[in-house]
Amino acid sequence: MKRIVTIETRDLAKSAVNGGCGECQTSCQSACKTSCGVANQLCENREEK
Amino acid sequence: MIHQYKLNGYNIVLDVYSGAVHVVDEVAYDIIGMYENTPKDEIVTRILNKYPDRTDVTEKDVLDCIDDIEALKAQGKLFTKDTYEGMAFDFKRRSNDIKALCLHVAHTCNLNCQYCFASQGKYQGERAIMSYEVGKQAIDFLVEHSGSHVNLEVDFFGGEPLMNWDTVKRLVEYARSIEREKNKHFRFTLTTNGVLVDDEVIDFSNREMHNVVMSLDGRREVHDRFRKDYAGNGSYDKVVPKFQKFARARGDREYYIRGTYTHYNTDFTKDIFHMADLGFTKLSMEPVVCSPDDPCALTEEDLPVLFEQYEILAKDMLRREREGHPITFYHYMIDLKHGPCIYKRISGCGSGTEYMAVTPWGDLYPCHQFVGDEKYLMGNVWEGVKNTDLRDKFKLCNVYARRDCDDCWAKLYCSGGCPANAYHATGEITGTYEYGCKLFRKRMECAIMMEAAKSLGAENGQS
Repeated sequence: MKRIVTIETRDLAKSAVNGGCGECQTSCQSACKTSCGVANQLCENREEK
Repeated sequence: MIHQYKLNGYNIVLDVYSGAVHVVDEVAYDIIGMYENTPKDEIVTRILNKYPDRTDVTEKDVLDCIDDIEALKAQGKLFTKDTYEGMAFDFKRRSNDIKALCLHVAHTCNLNCQYCFASQGKYQGERAIMSYEVGKQAIDFLVEHSGSHVNLEVDFFGGEPLMNWDTVKRLVEYARSIEREKNKHFRFTLTTNGVLVDDEVIDFSNREMHNVVMSLDGRREVHDRFRKDYAGNGSYDKVVPKFQKFARARGDREYYIRGTYTHYNTDFTKDIFHMADLGFTKLSMEPVVCSPDDPCALTEEDLPVLFEQYEILAKDMLRREREGHPITFYHYMIDLKHGPCIYKRISGCGSGTEYMAVTPWGDLYPCHQFVGDEKYLMGNVWEGVKNTDLRDKFKLCNVYARRDCDDCWAKLYCSGGCPANAYHATGEITGTYEYGCKLFRKRMECAIMMEAAKSLGAENGQS
């Protein structure tokens, strides 16, 4: 595409199919403790889609 | 829903519900902005009028770009619809499994920081130390209620957990002793103000702690403004050499130098860069959590300054990476390819459901920020969760429970935000702490821009 570059990202809709294993880190259990973000959690499912 | 913004020379289009990120030129940026509400011929007219002297902007170019947009839409990468709300309504039926505990091993502290949300570690209560027996019961409670979860997290928190270090070590030893039998793996975190850090703490932590969070606010005058001992002496000179030794010894293991910024240091990037100058590379800096009446509270007038600071930080981090000496910033650590699944993104932070805080005497609260508020007492580590109505309330405290989030592009990055912040700002855990939202959205714009810049490999727009 001439004017649009699409960055490689995880497809969130597809992640609904086999996501939700719950093995990832709890959102507030690392460095923040006073605000919530989930975007910086890594998926721990080796077969993530 | 899409979100468009311009930052550091990049025109970025985020497709909220697919998570797709597009970097576009200014023509495509304008066309995408009009696409949903404007007829094609009108788009062509407006674009040709806006770029009359551009030889690369002809009617055919515009129509080609519209074709590209429609192709992305067909692939589910642009203008994707929300198909997740129904999943959130099922959350009340989800399991009661717990996977993380914040153990308040010491409701006391050897510092007297004025801005401490835990009121000098006492959480509006009396000073207290967790006994080994209470801690062991908490570990057993976690294992017993963890269902099929293998990775379990335990954060040694306070107050200052090193004031109860022997208990911490014994609890680690106990948890490790049952890992194999119970088929569990513990990840421990230690959060410390550094005062009692010594070689023995460093050695033990490097063997056992998955993560160490060290509290440092940055420049000496900033750190010492609040982080004083009970005699009124700043702690900077005491803790910085210890943290430097600790961080060096961590090697590749996880750690964070974590600061808090307030109204008094809205130029907080100087504190982050100071941390970097001290040799720290894994950094976190959080906005202060306090009453709006507190003189250190952040104000509306501070917001433009803070937004600029986050941009300065993002650009400088790209420069450092380019020059081969990168630093990480907790809130900019997003992995667009291997980040959380949609369940994680809509289910909230997990407080009161999969995550709870344990007081020194074994009471359970939804998280550390609710400790001391008796309305939020959930139960205890012997009898488990007794206030199941409260648990159900937290189960449903997800991004779709907050109508304020309906139109927010960042909702799948924050999962609806911090219930404690919402409660303190609005009186409801399902409210929104709008000030925090504004900062969060800015941080996500910066983080996504950085990922786009790195992905494109050419920081042509960097200043």
